[in-house]
Amino acid sequence: MDTTQILFWFLSGLALVSALMVLLSKNPIHSILWLILVFFAISGHYVLLNAQFLAIVNLIVYAGAIMVLFLFVVMLMNLSKEKEDQKNVWMKLSGIIAGGCFLISTCNVIFNAQSTSKELVGKVALLKEGNIGLIGPLGKALFSDYVVPFEISSVLFLSAMVGAVVIGKKD
Amino acid sequence: MPIQYYIYLALALFSIGVIGVLVRKNAIIVFMCIELMLNAVNLLLVAFSKMHHGVAFAADKTSTAGIDGQLFVFFIMVVAAAEVSVGLAIIVMLYRNTHSVDVNFLNRLKN
Repeated sequence: MDTTQILFWFLSGLALVSALMVLLSKNPIHSILWLILVFFAISGHYVLLNAQFLAIVNLIVYAGAIMVLFLFVVMLMNLSKEKEDQKNVWMKLSGIIAGGCFLISTCNVIFNAQSTSKELVGKVALLKEGNIGLIGPLGKALFSDYVVPFEISSVLFLSAMVGAVVIGKKD
Repeated sequence: MPIQYYIYLALALFSIGVIGVLVRKNAIIVFMCIELMLNAVNLLLVAFSKMHHGVAFAADKTSTAGIDGQLFVFFIMVVAAAEVSVGLAIIVMLYRNTHSVDVNFLNRLKN
C-alpha cells in the first residue's frame, strides 16, 4: 500500500465517521463541526485527485461560508441550550431501514456489475496526474464553453440575495 | 484507485445524508444532511471526470477530456450556496413566528 492508497483509505474513513457523527450528535453545534470535518476530508479527496481548484473552492465556499452561516443561525437562535425531544422510535427505525435499503440496493448493483460491466472493469480514477483540475485549463473551459451558465449564475446569486433579504425583513 | 471504491464511498455518504433527512427532527440538521448529499455527488462527479480523463490522458497528454465533470461540480457549489442562503432565511423567519425549528411542529402550519 503506497501513500496514495493509505491517504485514500484514511480520508474515506474520516469522511464516513464524521458523517455518522453528524447524524448522531445531540448538540447542533457539534453536528456542524463534524460536517466541517467531512468537508475537509472531501477536499482532501479532491487534492488527491488533483482537482486543486475544486478543493480550495470547496473549503472556502462550503466550510468557510456556508457552515459559518449555519453556525451564526444556530447561535442566534440559541439552539444548543434546548433539549431536542426525540421522534417516535418507529419513525426513526423506518427511516434508517429506508435509507439502508437504498444503500444496500445501489451497492449491490455496483457489486454485481463491477467484474462484468465493460464500463467498470479496469477503470481507474486517475490520481495525482492530469491537469484538468488546475485553474488554467478549468478557467479556459469555463469562460469559453460555459460562459452562459456562468453569467446566469450571477443572476441566480442576485435573486438569492434579494430573496433572502425580502424573506428576512421585519416589518 | 479503481472507480468502484469512489462509487461506494459516494453512495455511503449519500445514504447517510438520506437517513439524516428522515431521522432528525431539527430543521437545521435536515438542511445540513442535504448539503452532505450534495457533497457526496460532487465527489463522485470529480472521480468520474478523472476516470474519463485518465482514459484520454493515456492516449494524448494534452487532452482536456473530463473537464465537464469538474465544471458541473463548480456549478453545483454555486447553486448550493444560493440555496443555503434562502433556506436559512426561511428557517429564521419560521423560528421568529413559531419559536421552534422542529419539523413536526411546522406541520401545524396547515391549521
